[in-house]
Amino acid sequence: MKRRGWVVATGAALGFAMLYVPIVIMMIYSFNASKLASVWGGWSARWYGELMANDQVLEAAWISVKVGVMAATVGTVFGTMIAYALSRFGRFRGRLLLAGMATAPIVMPEVVTGLSLLLLFIIMETNFGWPAGRGVDTIVIAHATFCMAFVAVIVQARMADMDESVEEAAMDLGARQPWVFFDVTLPALAPALVSGWLLSFTLSFDDLVIASFVSGPGASTLPMVVFSKVRLGVSPEINALATLMIVAVAAILAATMLRGGVRLSARRAPPPDQL
Amino acid sequence: MSAPRRRAPLARMGRALVALAPMAWLGVFFLIPFAVVLRVSLAEPAIARPPFTDIWEWADGVLTIILNFGNYLFLIEDPLYYTAYLNSIWMAASATLICLVIAYPMALAIARAAPRRRPMLLMLVVLPFWTSFLLRMYALIGLMAPTGFVNTVLGALGLEPIVMLQTDFAVYAGIVTGYMPLMVLPLYATLEKLDDSLLEAAHDLGAGPTRAFLTVTLPLSAPGIAAGCLLVFIPAVGEYVIPALLGGPDQLMIGKVLWTEFFNNRDWPVASAVAIAMLAFLALPIMFIRNALGVKE
Repeated sequence: MKRRGWVVATGAALGFAMLYVPIVIMMIYSFNASKLASVWGGWSARWYGELMANDQVLEAAWISVKVGVMAATVGTVFGTMIAYALSRFGRFRGRLLLAGMATAPIVMPEVVTGLSLLLLFIIMETNFGWPAGRGVDTIVIAHATFCMAFVAVIVQARMADMDESVEEAAMDLGARQPWVFFDVTLPALAPALVSGWLLSFTLSFDDLVIASFVSGPGASTLPMVVFSKVRLGVSPEINALATLMIVAVAAILAATMLRGGVRLSARRAPPPDQL
Repeated sequence: MSAPRRRAPLARMGRALVALAPMAWLGVFFLIPFAVVLRVSLAEPAIARPPFTDIWEWADGVLTIILNFGNYLFLIEDPLYYTAYLNSIWMAASATLICLVIAYPMALAIARAAPRRRPMLLMLVVLPFWTSFLLRMYALIGLMAPTGFVNTVLGALGLEPIVMLQTDFAVYAGIVTGYMPLMVLPLYATLEKLDDSLLEAAHDLGAGPTRAFLTVTLPLSAPGIAAGCLLVFIPAVGEYVIPALLGGPDQLMIGKVLWTEFFNNRDWPVASAVAIAMLAFLALPIMFIRNALGVKE
């Protein structure tokens, strides 16, 4: 069948170019020996060296890693609980409320989430004395809240595909909860938990707006430091940082995909004669 | 479904804990904060810690509630705010449309590609989504800055430089490239399920490729179009990073106005009123997208 293949192909190429041209150019400039973006001073790894010597950036990166690990872990545990309750408990009181609260953080504008949590923390501090000041703790709480929403969606999708009769068989054979959950359900959910955790970590590691609201003095995450530098214009060190991060993400994504951990398309493979 | 099992009290407690723990968390850190924002939006700014007045007072056994709707009136009276709202909606909507036009051929090309190649192509779409949004916007600065890549190339060719950064164009470019993966993925999901025999039937009945696309492919991909557009439009309306980095200093977008009101002017009640008004406007699209995401019941 003849289709206007070239229209689609050209359009698609344009789209991919829009996604990748800025990134590739930035990666090339990260090796520019000159400090000026308009001058090509030859290839150099100078900015990577300066990045590694920049204590402010390194400290912020460490804070972001800590926040990301904690938020993703709390988010994965609670998100899995939400998904399990919503897909295995049938009807229960408060189900609708839980389902609503669990998806709303995904679509909430970041500025609104950030503002509302900061106001909550401040009012709690004036009335109960907790949290005393803001910093890593409050960022973790804020991030875990939206992370659990994303994890709940991912795990719920996985549970919908799962055959419930395996769990029922385990119970018929005399296994009891919570052992059925830990021995049967959890291993089957593992790929979804891994993608949920990784997505959570990425979202937390990347968040600027919410962290800016709920953070306090002394706890600047990496995006906060990057943002304050970038507002003043292009910085070769940030080019180097961005390149490192993109390469790391690409490597992790490629590795998980090759191992079949993250399935982007769960569609059935076509019969071999069509390949 | 199997017959209801009799559960031991311990198992019932376990079930209750599994449902109640996340409910308690979301109640405290998601639901109550909105009540707080609503409450602060009805207060007056004050020189105090925290910088707003109480809306209730308990004195001599009398409870006095003072609600100040002035912040909302202010939003209506001061052209800054409604201009910012309208401008955000307009820019988000047109950027969403541009994004759709660019993302559609991408999704279609991936759906039509050989099945072996699809995971690779999808990974190319997802990869930018997993890398930092902030850094991708920063990459656009490198491209569009007065001494950036494009102007360097133009200069080398002996052409006049173009002002791109701090214009509406830069903000559009930011929204479109930033949210592109969120448009491509739902489009691909519907296009991939499309039955090829329908297109063949259209072809056999004499429809050309353009007509077949307009009468078969496009209508059948409507759910994907709706989901993709909402996924781009909703965050784009409240966007802060893009107008702050790529837009001009006098560019009015509501997310930036809220930020400035809060951090620079320290007017928490007005910032809260801006947030409530933003939610009121976004409530409808948010309900739609929640249904599209498949929230049951």
